[in-house]
Amino acid sequence: MPRRKTLRRVVAPPGFRGYKPYGNQYGRKKHVDLLYEEYEAIKLADYDFMTHLEASKLMGVSRATFARVYESARRKIAKALVETREIKSVFGNASLDHSWFECIECHARFNIPDNRTEQKCPICKSDHIQSLKDQ
Amino acid sequence: MMKTIISSMGDNLDSGFDLRFGRAGWFCLLDEETGETSFYENDSAEASHGAGTRAVEKLMELGATKVISGDFGPKAKELLEKFKIQMVVLSDDSRSIADIIDSIK
Repeated sequence: MPRRKTLRRVVAPPGFRGYKPYGNQYGRKKHVDLLYEEYEAIKLADYDFMTHLEASKLMGVSRATFARVYESARRKIAKALVETREIKSVFGNASLDHSWFECIECHARFNIPDNRTEQKCPICKSDHIQSLKDQ
Repeated sequence: MMKTIISSMGDNLDSGFDLRFGRAGWFCLLDEETGETSFYENDSAEASHGAGTRAVEKLMELGATKVISGDFGPKAKELLEKFKIQMVVLSDDSRSIADIIDSIK
């Protein structure tokens, strides 16, 4: 049995379920699965301009593993663009920050530090909140 | 004791809500019990690096326990988590500071 993969820490899941090409000539093809940790790797390296070492620490994996995840992410995106395939975001081997919630009433997103006990929205005080992990 | 920081584009209640945290122009400090507000200019808004870190330091100085902004960078997030300051993310940038304060009450 192969060794289990260490979970890659992801701060926030991608804000999309997928991307679809339009105006393409050929019919539907099989989609590309972009894992949460691959999205996070692209975000940290190419959007937040972090070095691979900094990013790997944030995600809780070694620099080499980060580089592999990042490489795989870039290849998948390139494949989707060139072969006009859909991209779908898939959970993968990610562990999300547990402490983030979204208010169902006012859509504010917030964390609850562990020194607080109330499970309420800090803006509208509603208790209709859900963990971002369940999405 | 509940003090909240809201990132703001200007120095009064009619100012727009700033989606950036470390590079917000001003910080509005709201005392949730008395409803009093005061504004502090962000000196490190134009800094080339470390704006988020310095904004967190400012927050600690002011004694805030909650911060409302549009997004937090990785460094600011890590520090705020460490100091157990609650982060609230609002994505609507068309609201004014007064409007956000109203919705908290």
